[in-house]
Amino acid sequence: MDLKDIIKEENLVYSKTKLLTDNIMHYCPGCTHGVVHKVVAEVIDEMNIQEKSIGVAPVGCAVLAYNYIDIDWHEAAHGRAPAVATAISRLYPNKYVFTYQGDGDLASIGTAEIMHACNRGENIVVIFINNGIYGMTGGQMAPTSLLDMPTSTTPYGRKVELNGYPLKITELIAQLPGTCYVTRQAGHTPAAVRKLKKAIRKAFENVGQKKGTSFIEVVSTCNSGWKLSPVKANEWMVEHMFPYYPLGDLKDE
Amino acid sequence: MADYKLMKGNEAIAEAAIRCGCDAYFGYPITPQSEVLETLMARMPWEETGMVVLQAESEVAAINMVYGGAGCGKKVMTSSSSPGISLKQEGITYIAGAELPCLIVNVVRGGPGLGTIQPAQSDYFQAVKGGGHGDYKLIVLAPASVQEMYDFVDLGFELAFKYRNPAMILSDGVIGQMMEKVQLGPYKPRMTDEEIIAKYGSWATTGKTPDRPRNIITSLDLEASRQEQFNLKLQKKYREIEEKEVRFEKIACDDAEYLFVAYGSSSRICQKAVDLAREKGIKVGLLRPITLFPYPTKAIQEMIGQLKGILTVEMSAGQMVEDVRLAVEGKVKVEHYGRMGGMIPSPNDVVAALEEKIIKG
Ligand SMILES: Cc1ncc(C[n+]2csc(CCOP(=O)(O)OP(=O)(O)O)c2C)c(N)n1
Ligand code: SF4
Repeated sequence: MDLKDIIKEENLVYSKTKLLTDNIMHYCPGCTHGVVHKVVAEVIDEMNIQEKSIGVAPVGCAVLAYNYIDIDWHEAAHGRAPAVATAISRLYPNKYVFTYQGDGDLASIGTAEIMHACNRGENIVVIFINNGIYGMTGGQMAPTSLLDMPTSTTPYGRKVELNGYPLKITELIAQLPGTCYVTRQAGHTPAAVRKLKKAIRKAFENVGQKKGTSFIEVVSTCNSGWKLSPVKANEWMVEHMFPYYPLGDLKDE
Repeated sequence: MADYKLMKGNEAIAEAAIRCGCDAYFGYPITPQSEVLETLMARMPWEETGMVVLQAESEVAAINMVYGGAGCGKKVMTSSSSPGISLKQEGITYIAGAELPCLIVNVVRGGPGLGTIQPAQSDYFQAVKGGGHGDYKLIVLAPASVQEMYDFVDLGFELAFKYRNPAMILSDGVIGQMMEKVQLGPYKPRMTDEEIIAKYGSWATTGKTPDRPRNIITSLDLEASRQEQFNLKLQKKYREIEEKEVRFEKIACDDAEYLFVAYGSSSRICQKAVDLAREKGIKVGLLRPITLFPYPTKAIQEMIGQLKGILTVEMSAGQMVEDVRLAVEGKVKVEHYGRMGGMIPSPNDVVAALEEKIIKG
């Protein structure tokens, strides 16, 4: 029996967007990357801007993002996605250019690039996945790792004396006059995903209106790096990440 | 009537970019090449041709902007000087790995480190042997005049697009800063988006349309055997470039018993040295490589029979001399003469070195 025989057209309330390819995602089960990919693909599809969207993929677990969302993509060097996106958006002012970056990518090696692209007010969307760890390279400390959080390079937990403080990069970015919309969202519950989607949609609409940089932090889990089950990882995120990285809009102009 | 103008080498680069239909320039100031960005900003080409000009926050950002723009199938360039080019190496290897065309100008100054703002040719290895990680090559053009600074912008783009490979103009502080008469070419229109899609739509990120699969600009392939196949393909491309694109100039070589090999500003000094030596009765000629990759290996080999010795003259500790030695395979004596740290050899010094190291030695 085919799925179509079970679910009749009139009963269909939800289906996979055609912009998500049929490739099997390499992400660990429970990883937030998959949720955010889905939301980005839905927004581009619903806004009908597939032909006008160009994504810039990071170095990190999302390095293969281009395998999953059916638009043109440019893979950038570690941290440099905002510079790559700057050029694409300047050369194609009517396209929807966005970067998709992890915290190692955006808040560590690429701090200069993200600060300056946001400060110039490049007309782009930045999607920033903050899972507080380097997922791809095996769970090392990120600038956003919480204090006392164990990682493979802070096996006894992150200590201020050794590693400094967790970086609230989104708060810094909200200060920059080039940004029009800065928000912090999550994707751990259906309600959170709905809010996240609204935020991403608004960010893409801002590009259409040439308002400047829209920056969306998604507080995320890395169950593999955190060494927790997907369910436990979500609980840990709510308990530990949200107090330090509170959800909500930081700026909406 | 031809359009002539007296201009600095760096200004010629900027003027040529505008006239050859360049789409974007991304740069960061560093002496002795800042006039490229300054000239472009003053000329406001965005009003005239729509060319994008942007002062990036760093060389790292500038070259990654080039990477992004090149991925769109656009004519994009940057310029810098030695310490800045070192920073650009990350982006350059990514551009080479993604097989994108672009133009990079290096107006070389003395190093290592912060070094000096005076001219040098000590970035030869970095330019022709790789510079960044991985097995890749740039197409490297070495201008010896302000006119060639102008002409090689168009030529550099042409070769870069022909082979989908980054091209570099390897100049130095002398040629960047000196003023000479330049014959300016006619304006070439920038390609329209439709023309780019028609020409490069096969690979450029112009926005996915229903008639084609998505375009992905990347240098990543986690599968070792495919990565090897890709590397073999790159190497094949470099061999083809070596076969088809060698450029050089020979001066007073017909009856030469000795040979200077020098590029860029050193070749200008050697031109005078040839005259001085010939006044003394020494039959010396000059071979000036114009492309440093591909190197005029065969042109040197063809002269071996008539030569008693070769002196390479470079403002470095001796870098290009290795390529000359590889070419002659020990059949002729090859020595190097050069100054470093921003010092420039005089024609008399060069003749003295020829007598000392080759004729006497
Ligand atoms: C220049 C450079 N330095 C280091 C690396 C190795 N590296 C790959 S991914 C990564 C961390 C990515 O972490 P993050 O951005 O947080 O993404 P995640 O994997 O957690 O999604 C590092 C350090 C690299 N590829 N390039
Ligand atoms: S390592 Fe972490 S960030 Fe990477 S896919 Fe797995 S859970 Fe996701």
